[in-house]
Amino acid sequence: MADDMQIDLGVEKVTKKFKDFTAVKAVSFEVEQGRFFSILGPSGCGKTTLLRMIAGLAEPDNGRITIRGLNMAGIPPNKRPANLVFQHLALFPMMNVADNIAFGLQRRGEKKATVFKKVSAILERVDLPGFEKKKIHELSGGQKQRVAIARCLVLEPAVLLLDEPLGALDLKLREQMKVELKKLQAKVGTTFVYITHDQSEALVMSDQVAVMNKGHFEQLDTPKNLYNRPATPFVARFVGDNNIWSGHIRDRDNNTCRFETPDGNVFHISGDQPWRNGAAVDLFLRPEAMIIQPDPAHTGLNRFEAHIRSLLFDGANSRIIATPKNSDRELLVALPQNRQHDDLCPGDIVEIGWDKSSGICFATETETSP
Amino acid sequence: MTQHRKWGLFFFLTPVLLWLTLLIVLPHIDLLRMSFILETDTGETEWRLSNYASFFKEPIYWLTFVRTAIYSIIVTLLTLVVALPVSFFITKVARPGTRGFLMLLILLPFWVSELVRVYGWMILLRESGVINHFLLKLGILDQPVEMLYNDAAMILGLVYTSMLFMVVPLVSVLESLDDSLIEAAYDLGADMGTIVFKIIVPHATPGIVSGAIVVFMLTLGNYLTPNLMGGKNSLWFTEQIYNQFIASFNWNQGAAFGFLLLLLSSGIVWLGLKLSGQTLGKVVR
Ligand SMILES: Nc1ncnc2c1ncn2[C@@H]1O[C@H](COP(=O)(O)OP(=O)(O)O)[C@@H](O)[C@H]1O
Ligand SMILES: [Mg+2]
Repeated sequence: MADDMQIDLGVEKVTKKFKDFTAVKAVSFEVEQGRFFSILGPSGCGKTTLLRMIAGLAEPDNGRITIRGLNMAGIPPNKRPANLVFQHLALFPMMNVADNIAFGLQRRGEKKATVFKKVSAILERVDLPGFEKKKIHELSGGQKQRVAIARCLVLEPAVLLLDEPLGALDLKLREQMKVELKKLQAKVGTTFVYITHDQSEALVMSDQVAVMNKGHFEQLDTPKNLYNRPATPFVARFVGDNNIWSGHIRDRDNNTCRFETPDGNVFHISGDQPWRNGAAVDLFLRPEAMIIQPDPAHTGLNRFEAHIRSLLFDGANSRIIATPKNSDRELLVALPQNRQHDDLCPGDIVEIGWDKSSGICFATETETSP
Repeated sequence: MTQHRKWGLFFFLTPVLLWLTLLIVLPHIDLLRMSFILETDTGETEWRLSNYASFFKEPIYWLTFVRTAIYSIIVTLLTLVVALPVSFFITKVARPGTRGFLMLLILLPFWVSELVRVYGWMILLRESGVINHFLLKLGILDQPVEMLYNDAAMILGLVYTSMLFMVVPLVSVLESLDDSLIEAAYDLGADMGTIVFKIIVPHATPGIVSGAIVVFMLTLGNYLTPNLMGGKNSLWFTEQIYNQFIASFNWNQGAAFGFLLLLLSSGIVWLGLKLSGQTLGKVVR
């Protein structure tokens, strides 16, 4: 990475405690200028708390936050070059759209004519030209969304913080806004820090994603790497779907090792994973990594026969639930809608194949306290 | 079915109508009638406007009237200035557990009668009172000072008496204010003053107006506090009415004054609603 890339946001070992509960545990990361950075994690993992500390609405108990190299300790939110789009938007209902957007500019004492020009320019940017005089309650969910973002963007902050801004929208609109938000970010070039519990939002929009769990970062990587090379079982489970199969490593050599399940299935997995013979591991296998009725000529595949339990039709995301022979473990297998498998019914026995590089193993989790 | 409804309606409406006519409409009609009557020396009665005329002719009457109006407005504004931070503290700063306790503290003085409440202030403020005692002990004063019987003491008493009626509507309206609006304003660069005047006050306007109406009417119609805490020169218009009814036994003059007070309070409330852009319907809700 080029050295001259400016770091817009730096977070170093930031910790936040509420009484004896630690909501954010020594989190560190940096965001380069113009990046779309997402923090992905289940609800309650500390995302909002982290974002509020960056915005200045909460003080970290420990650690340092810098924006464009300036230490933010002790600087109140109204003096920070970062703006926050709230989870429930927090548009001012007593003001119209233009007054909402002009609010921050007026606080800076900008001239009336400049404010007017900037407001109409940013409304143009977010595809709401001429909406100045509308009342907040007259707007649809997606329009409110855009006004909330415009209200922050018009201040040209170093970092724009977004707290699950699409959470309140219905599915169709959310899909659409995902794409629009990404386009908008590319257009304005502002650094975005976006938090969400929706993995698809994070994967689609971001340059980089940090997966957060119980107050700490599990992995910080590109969306593609998170999906293909999860660093921890939590990431493997949280990003995309996975089938989990417990077993043991046997006959390890340099290129491959064997993975045996207690119910007698034997697979080969690639040898670049650091397992000793006899190690107890969980095999993570994505539904879409499994091929139904693979081409017999294709030799490099692990193959097993399975019983179809049921078909779950969901358009492009259709699955079957299958159990391997002599096992009652249920596996989710992707069912491509290319008409090739239209004749499958529950009860059929099919062959399933998967490439040895798509199975990822983690040491079996000893169930500690939840 | 419809027969039942009719009876039900009749059943519930009767007490309301009785209350309205017997206790509000009838006495006022009678007062209105009285206010236009002049009793001559011979005991005969004539229809005249002289009761109203004497109000304008006699400066002590209309000066008291104007004084009462202006002081009531001042008391209302002062009550608002004190009650707004108190209500804000109760709803937004205090922990949820202590909120009920704080409301109880506001409510507590109202469990005793106004007379006792005013007497409490008199014990504190009078020449031989608690405050003078301590100031003398501490050597800040070397001569006791009479703090009672002046306009300031009277306004203090009136504001204290009115607090609850401002705090209750303000607390309820501030409870509905989303904290994130305040945080958003702060995040967008606003300072405390801007947050108060651009976010909190506009949101709280219906509560402010309804609290102000109640406080204004109660203050305007108060008799006890101005009488006990105000000085010889702090005459309240209710005292004039009292004098006419009880001291001078001139019921006709008293009735005219009563009507003028009613007109005054209606007029100022109407003006307040107009200025704040509220309607009575919105405020009462
Ligand atoms: N002001 C607070 N006081 C006490 N606990 C809090 C406070 N704010 C958040 N928490 C706790 O911190 C944890 C993380 O909350 P939050 O950051 O809102 O999670 P997320 O945004 O990821 O859903 C939660 O368990 C929540 O209960
Ligand atoms: Mg949250």
